Amino acid sequence: MNSIIMSLENVTFTYAPEDESVRPAVADLSFTIEEGEWIALVGHNGSGKSTIAKLMNGLLFPNSGKVTAMGKPMSEETLWDIRSQMGMVFQNPDNQFVGATVQDDVAFALENNGVPHEEMVVRVKESLRQVKMEDYMDQEPHHLSGGQKQRVAIAGALALRPRLLILDEATSMLDPQGRMEVIETIRELRKATGLTVISITHDLEEAALADRLIVMNQGHKQLEGSPEQVFRSGSELIKLGLDLPFAMRMTHLLRKEGVDIKGEHMTEDELVDELWTSYSKM
Amino acid sequence: MDILLQDVGYSYAKDTPFEKRALHHVNLHIPSGSYTAIIGHTGSGKSTVLQHLNALLKPTEGTVMIGERKIEEGTKAKNLRDIRRQVGIVFQFPEQQLFDETVLKDIMFGPLNYGVPEEEASRRARELVQQLGLPEDVLEKSPFDLSGGQMRRVAIAGVLAMEPDVLVLDEPTAGLDPRGRREIMDLFYRLHVEKGLTTVLVTHSMEDAARYADQIAIMHGGKCVVTGDPVTIFSNEEQLHDYRLEPPRSVRLQRQFEEKMGIKLDAISLTEEALAKNIAQALQKGRDAE
Repeated sequence: MNSIIMSLENVTFTYAPEDESVRPAVADLSFTIEEGEWIALVGHNGSGKSTIAKLMNGLLFPNSGKVTAMGKPMSEETLWDIRSQMGMVFQNPDNQFVGATVQDDVAFALENNGVPHEEMVVRVKESLRQVKMEDYMDQEPHHLSGGQKQRVAIAGALALRPRLLILDEATSMLDPQGRMEVIETIRELRKATGLTVISITHDLEEAALADRLIVMNQGHKQLEGSPEQVFRSGSELIKLGLDLPFAMRMTHLLRKEGVDIKGEHMTEDELVDELWTSYSKM
Repeated sequence: MDILLQDVGYSYAKDTPFEKRALHHVNLHIPSGSYTAIIGHTGSGKSTVLQHLNALLKPTEGTVMIGERKIEEGTKAKNLRDIRRQVGIVFQFPEQQLFDETVLKDIMFGPLNYGVPEEEASRRARELVQQLGLPEDVLEKSPFDLSGGQMRRVAIAGVLAMEPDVLVLDEPTAGLDPRGRREIMDLFYRLHVEKGLTTVLVTHSMEDAARYADQIAIMHGGKCVVTGDPVTIFSNEEQLHDYRLEPPRSVRLQRQFEEKMGIKLDAISLTEEALAKNIAQALQKGRDAE
């Protein structure tokens, strides 16, 4: 049994506590995340995902309920210690840049944390290599494209060697290849270091790679389970403003065209296999 | 309105030690009324090209023709007002540019600045709010009290209120959930058809490029390396691969299906719906032949 790295117990948060007509951004939410897990937090715009991210790192405090991170209850006293073990990457990289060059930017948080210079040089190089941006060390960040900037922001978080990495729609600006590179990087990191990852995403293909999905709707937890379990609920996800993985959408479209398909296929391979089995004798 | 880039080069921070070349000899014709998708790997120069389309950047080499206007190095900024009205750009995360007290004032800001009478500006704002599927009571609200998806729509309304001839979209659905993404892309397509706009979409989504565009331009290493119609572009997988791109998912699944079944579908499937039809047809044909 792994240790619990993050837990929310009956957490409610509203941005307008004095106005009862405003729906809380997060309502009576509970979940736990174990060390080493990869969790995808999915939900439509306004479902409360980003509020949860801010509750998890103490940018916001719940109106009621309890947040426990790294074994400590979140409070004004503990949050600096908790944050030091947590890397966060947000959606828009332009809001996260401080350094004049890429390597200065990655070094910024290390400097703040008093990492010695020699160690800093090593870590900056290493984390830039992990996101395949080592060739851009001396470039000015504002000359990079959106996707490149985001990889640098991820490198900045990785340089702190966090136990927990929170990605708040962090891959949404990357092109498909860049996105796969980053996801692959995170997978490898997890294997090598046991890093815990919470990714907040609309990308169902990215969510499908996680160990567990938590689906949010209007501030409530609507579904929770393995990707297979969650995607089986099919049309419910679409009602929630989400989507199905590509292979499942194709399965539905093919049925509409009169093609006989029995299974609910999560991957293209499975789908093509069934078509081959039932039709190849023709 | 036609836009024509002729032998366009652009360097950031030109004549300084930080000079960085972003575009090389770009030739691109965006015909009036076309829906052009500009695709390319991260850092290929897509965003730099985009900023030339309404002269936010002026080429350091070559010329850009925007309608009748010729833009080149040294073109005076004060003569560009008309171009900025005729070519509307929806930037990434346009909601970050919202600023006014109410949604109504925010949408009216652009037209009023260009001398549109208040009554007309207000009429446009009301009409757009409706067209974009926003509730009418949104007009008197602060834009900052809206949800992310609603803010995005208000920001887009602010661009449309200028009644541009050319609408340039830079990853307009980034960060939206799947439903919001589809709704906004369908909306742009409807406007494209109904208002006869010239639309330019800069995107990472091969699926959107294949579904909506009638012309596709590939950027690679600061050059515009290929232009063509979607069928031609997405049929040439080797070429896409050279530019670190992939065909849309429907095409990839089509190839996988064809390989496994040992048959060739009649046409390339640019959308999921088309692929389902093409597969169903092929399977039916197989049945009939039995």
